[in-house]
Amino acid sequence: MRKELLYSLSSPYREEMKVWGYHFGKEEKSACIVGATRGNEIQQLYVCSQLIRKLTELEERGAIVGDNGILVVPSVNYYAMNIGKRFWSADNTDINRMFPGYSEGETTQRIAAGLFEAVQSYSYGIQLASFYLPGDFVPHVRMMETGYQNPSLANLFGLPYVVIRKPRPIDTTTLNYNWQLWNTSAFSVYTKETDEIDERSARQAVAAILRFLTRMGIVRYNSHSGYIASMVNEDDLLIVHSNCGGIYRRHKEAGEEVHQGELLADIIHPYEGDIINQILAPCDGIIFFAHKKPLVNENEIIYKIIKRLHE
Amino acid sequence: MVKTVVSVELPVEECLRIQKNRIEPQRMTGKEKRMVIVTGTHGDELEGQYVCYELNRLLREQPQHLKGIVEIFPAFNPLGIDSVTRGIPMFDLDMNRIFPGNPQGPMAEHIAASLVEDIRGADMCIDIHASNIYLREIPQVRINENMAEQLVPYAKLLNTDFIWVHSSATVLEATLAHSLNTIGTPTLVVEMGVGMRITKEFTSQLMRGILRLMKELGIWDGPVEEVRTPVVSRDGKVGFVNAKASGIFIPCARFWEPIREGAHLGNIISPLTGEVLEKVLSPISGMIFTLREYPVVYEGALLARVLGGEEE
Repeated sequence: MRKELLYSLSSPYREEMKVWGYHFGKEEKSACIVGATRGNEIQQLYVCSQLIRKLTELEERGAIVGDNGILVVPSVNYYAMNIGKRFWSADNTDINRMFPGYSEGETTQRIAAGLFEAVQSYSYGIQLASFYLPGDFVPHVRMMETGYQNPSLANLFGLPYVVIRKPRPIDTTTLNYNWQLWNTSAFSVYTKETDEIDERSARQAVAAILRFLTRMGIVRYNSHSGYIASMVNEDDLLIVHSNCGGIYRRHKEAGEEVHQGELLADIIHPYEGDIINQILAPCDGIIFFAHKKPLVNENEIIYKIIKRLHE
Repeated sequence: MVKTVVSVELPVEECLRIQKNRIEPQRMTGKEKRMVIVTGTHGDELEGQYVCYELNRLLREQPQHLKGIVEIFPAFNPLGIDSVTRGIPMFDLDMNRIFPGNPQGPMAEHIAASLVEDIRGADMCIDIHASNIYLREIPQVRINENMAEQLVPYAKLLNTDFIWVHSSATVLEATLAHSLNTIGTPTLVVEMGVGMRITKEFTSQLMRGILRLMKELGIWDGPVEEVRTPVVSRDGKVGFVNAKASGIFIPCARFWEPIREGAHLGNIISPLTGEVLEKVLSPISGMIFTLREYPVVYEGALLARVLGGEEE
């Protein structure tokens, strides 16, 4: 293992910011894994730390195949993480909306450009990503439909679901999208949590990445075969909205099977304690996303369901 | 008449309401043109608040001159303005990056879609911004190059100092202006002043321009003043000045005054050691139309933009 400084930036009042990469194996640019680009992506940082620990063991055992090289970048925006912020703390911009970056541009454009220079040209790019809706996802691999995507490769992670998303204007500045434009096969891996550590889904993510690297002939690692993923188009997910605001009581978790008419959640009057609305499953299926916060606004997405799918 | 365009129940007690004041002429013929004024998309941009007040006040005082419909949205992002937050507070989301929205999408996108639907079909929309807390801007209209031919003639009436016709960057596709222009509702983006402040000189300047544009559209037949002739510039004529060091920026150049290439714009200093970390120089001759207001800078922070000459 070789620890490399990928990018650094001086700060007026803090220690120099340093983006580190952990390099395993030889020099071929085979796979790159990027962890927390936002300050609240604690789970993503944790998954990378466990992956680095595991890859260190594998490298010591000679289990990295041939000339393959693997780069893991555990954290980009730890400046925000250390002070409890989500985005770049000086101007609240999101580094994952700045790719491919611009080395002569504004601060976060420069960080993105510095990182992108270090992580491009790899055959496979894996980002441990998060979404802005507050809730739990079933672990899945997400790809953007750029015309360069390869869903059958995404299946090799052995996670239960592969989601294909049609990119919207806001997506075109993410790392995943730009990796694909620059000929890297890019995948975003979503685990259950973001702000908190969930050991089970973190282990699942580490195993999925190692399984993928094994199947691509980059490492030798014996693991369970995982799932043959169900392919889901994001636009086909059935969205369930809240009908009113209040205290939120969730009855079903991400990954559970539900049947039409089954109780998904209660919304409770915040002062009087009565149930003012009950949300029922509009169809049979598997819950893909479940709202988590204890409060809910009217018209908020509280569930996304993969229709007509059974356990 | 104050109307609620979007209402969303929040968890405890209150509703998020996005409201507009719709002001109609005393006698309606059914053929009136409609102009929409939008501001407060970013909760830290307040310059538009005074423009809304002034326009409302004038239309109350002189209703006889109103010949079309004026709709004024002072706060697209009321929770942001109320909590001194640039984005939508619950989601830490830039509201001007989620248009045209999605009626089936998350709450913020649903709101965005409702707002676009409400404005759709207007004869003119003016989207007033106030930079951010970091940069001060001379009053200017920004237009995507794809819309320049159609919009520049209207923009020239707005009494701003210049019009920046900029290239179509991908991220701008998610703005209100791009979404409205795409569906055929002509929309002008005004940038002026600085975040968290109201610069009365600039708001009065824009007010004169709005009245002049209303007159052009047949919405106002009252008195209007002469408007200044703006410089119309394209990207190639704009010089960007980004910090090469991290520290405290102390400007010494003045806004909107001629400078030469290499002119001293300010210093980035170190309060800890007393050193000048960077002597900041202008990359081109011209006029400063953007100047850093917030002193703390990282490498890369935008310090100034210099307008290098006129094309028209």
